[in-house]
Amino acid sequence: MGAWFWWMIFGMAVVTYIPRAIPLTFLEGRELPEAVQNVLRNIPYAVLGALIFPAVFFIQENVWFGVIGAASAFAIAFTGANVILVVLGTIAILSVYGLWFG
Amino acid sequence: MQEHGFSSGLKAGASIAIGYFPVALTFGLLAKTTGLSLIEATAMSIFVFAGAAQYISLSLITAGVLPVLIVVNTFIVNIRHFLMTAALNEKMAPDARWKKALYAFGITDETFTVLATQPGDKIRTSFAAGVIVISYGSWVLFTSLGHLIGASLPAFLQASMSIALYAMFVGLLVPSMKGNRKVVSLALIAALFNSMFYFTGWLSTGWAIMVSTLASAIIIELISRKGVAA
Repeated sequence: MGAWFWWMIFGMAVVTYIPRAIPLTFLEGRELPEAVQNVLRNIPYAVLGALIFPAVFFIQENVWFGVIGAASAFAIAFTGANVILVVLGTIAILSVYGLWFG
Repeated sequence: MQEHGFSSGLKAGASIAIGYFPVALTFGLLAKTTGLSLIEATAMSIFVFAGAAQYISLSLITAGVLPVLIVVNTFIVNIRHFLMTAALNEKMAPDARWKKALYAFGITDETFTVLATQPGDKIRTSFAAGVIVISYGSWVLFTSLGHLIGASLPAFLQASMSIALYAMFVGLLVPSMKGNRKVVSLALIAALFNSMFYFTGWLSTGWAIMVSTLASAIIIELISRKGVAA
């Protein structure tokens, strides 16, 4: 790659940083209207829903990987296991599935 | 004072580090096949630290797209972080602006979800630093490693580890879902909107996640307020 590549990385770094930094610095010490605060407090759980579905079904060409993975993750999480156990347990289940049927 | 400080942050971020491992390894490998040197591939992970945008940039480089347009596309893909960091700001303990400007660099979809779903009230800056350091370390290290070894994991492991970040999202969501219909509805409605955008192709991924999230958060807020009034 030539010099253009480094200019591109610089540009990518700047435009990635701006949406991360502006709200955190600009909103510091500012009280937002109650209604806006309430909506913002809803965001994390809504984001999780959107990040999981439907992408989880398309992690492999074989859709069953995603289906079994998602079902396993929900099942393990509902037992009250912590996040790292959910991650490792789900990977273990899919490894077994992959070795036998993959 | 060690409670919920840097080392608790490292622990909370460990799932992200595991999840980034296969993604970064594959990015390093793909960067190599795209023609990036080890330094160039690693530099992109060091300075940009945005998985989706980095993957897309590789395919755009291969397609011969103008670098300026790759930068514009990166911005579009990352616009959703405006919404996430605005939401995160409600959760973070007040701190000096320069410190917030510093850790803002490390906010990704994954670090955001881990930070924003922590139980309890406000999060300390040191906790956020811990979550970010271990995630960023994994991302940069395994990008280099993927380029260096020029191969991915054994196929079965590559396949099974591709679930890691999704399993983490589930593991973060479920404890809050239990006995909380509002959380269930928020996740469900956003998931439905996002699926609709995916299958109709109306919006690209970055926009789809942002619009679905915002729509769900607003709809549930309006419904729950009506419920209180009635």
